[in-house]
Amino acid sequence: MSFGIDFSVIAVLFCGFWLFREPPKARFGNMAAACGLLLAVVLVLTRHDISGPGVVVLAALIGAVPGIALARAVSMIQIPAMIAFQHGAGGIAAFLVSFVELTRPAAASMLPVNEVSGVLGLAVGSLTFSGSMIASAKLAGRMQQAPRVLSRHTLLVVACSLAMLVVGVLSFFLSGGAAMSLYALEILLGACLGFLLASRIGGADMPVLISSLNATAGFAAALCGMVIENRLLIAFGATVAASGSILTYVMCRAMNRDIIRIIFPVYQGDREGDRIVSAARPASPDSRKAAVTAGQSDGSPPFDRALAAISSARSVIIVPGYGMALARAQFRLAELAALLEQRGTEVRYAIHPVAGRMPGHMNVLLAEADVRYEDLLEMEDANPLFAETDVALVVGACDVVNPAAMATEGTPISGMPILLAADARRIVVCNYDRQPGYSGVANLLYDNPRTIMVPGDAGATIGSLLDAIRNQTTQ
Amino acid sequence: MSNLILLFAVFLGSFVIGYLLIARIPPLLHTPLMSMTNAISAITLLGALLLFATPSSAMEKILGAAAIVTATFNVVGGFAITDRMLRLFKGKGQDS
Repeated sequence: MSFGIDFSVIAVLFCGFWLFREPPKARFGNMAAACGLLLAVVLVLTRHDISGPGVVVLAALIGAVPGIALARAVSMIQIPAMIAFQHGAGGIAAFLVSFVELTRPAAASMLPVNEVSGVLGLAVGSLTFSGSMIASAKLAGRMQQAPRVLSRHTLLVVACSLAMLVVGVLSFFLSGGAAMSLYALEILLGACLGFLLASRIGGADMPVLISSLNATAGFAAALCGMVIENRLLIAFGATVAASGSILTYVMCRAMNRDIIRIIFPVYQGDREGDRIVSAARPASPDSRKAAVTAGQSDGSPPFDRALAAISSARSVIIVPGYGMALARAQFRLAELAALLEQRGTEVRYAIHPVAGRMPGHMNVLLAEADVRYEDLLEMEDANPLFAETDVALVVGACDVVNPAAMATEGTPISGMPILLAADARRIVVCNYDRQPGYSGVANLLYDNPRTIMVPGDAGATIGSLLDAIRNQTTQ
Repeated sequence: MSNLILLFAVFLGSFVIGYLLIARIPPLLHTPLMSMTNAISAITLLGALLLFATPSSAMEKILGAAAIVTATFNVVGGFAITDRMLRLFKGKGQDS
């Protein structure tokens, strides 16, 4: 009987994922998943006598009120940091539950499998906690986003993992206070490992970090469920683990890198890096200058040429990147797109899977600016369209449009699938400067004779373009 | 023992079914998806509640209460923020 009820609750959760395939239904999917979770809580409350209900309700309120308040208050730009922060909170809950279950007197009769799950739960939970907090601090700008490498970083990671293994194994042979201190030590070591792993990942690799923390949060929950032998906990945790794994895989594939390389980056000394970066640059400064002047053949300032190209274009594909988010240019960009559409120009957006700092980041930012989701094209759908497009408008994106990914061997982005903005008749680039993107590889697109580079704050550039085109229209 | 096998089966089954369903979710919705699964991972709330189902020491109660605080923060905030995000996605028929 209880079997059937449990599986119906799990089925409600699956229903939520099923509904999540299309934007209009996704809201109901989210509600279905929330219902599934609520049902699971109700089931636990009805099946067991909860002692001290006052404490439980009070604790739930202390968690829920700031949870709601923060969720309402954060702006969409802070979403990645907020999600990482919530992951961290979930990690705390996971290791606390495992810790209490392992240390209570009833634990003496625990099966070895449950005990192993408990110790793993401690490790994965605390790792998720500290890793998420680092990720959140980086995403919120409270910590430098660039990877921070300590001396002998990999050695520290290995030492920390080994210590966790030893402590975990030792704890099986001890009981009482000694075991308890070992469990506490395991939590501490897990937190250190999370810090070590997360601090070394930064910038454009953040989507991978945040997706894998998603997966570990799910595993921590499932392990927690193994300790207390609760089917609902295991099932819910496992689906989250599956989701995090899929996202991690998608992110890695979109960067043509494997997860091991991202967690354990290979630094072959700076000299190697310089060589790779310069290999991607044109042969000499002269040829670069030549390429630039070719683009400026009529001698007019880049803004005027960009304006001319955009206002006469019949079709435009916008390629947004993290720079758009930084410059908060999405609102003026959407206004510009709407104005162009009014004038009969076809405007669409091409979204690279790893643009931004979390999976699908650009879609949310543009949705907030009232861009219709039908206009947001995935990379596979957008790429064949560039060749027939008058203007590719790149806003704050660099590595995801860098032809060096295809043209040059041996760079950090070689083999990475890119948006073929370079195929468009004209390319207008509204980036802050000509510096390479996160990968450090010089962008060959900047040297394309058909590229019009408008350096400066993307928000200001788009705003000026918008005003200029508006004036043209009213005149 | 048979119970343990069943629990493993539940894990594997949920992982596989979850995988098949989630693999069909378009990249367009990956941020809300991550946000929703983030809320679901706070299912550890069940474990925290169960700590109060058996007689426990004061220390256990304090840690259990802390787990309830963090888990509800995660679950309530996670679902609320996902809903806020999904409301932003508008299609052709829904222009404001």
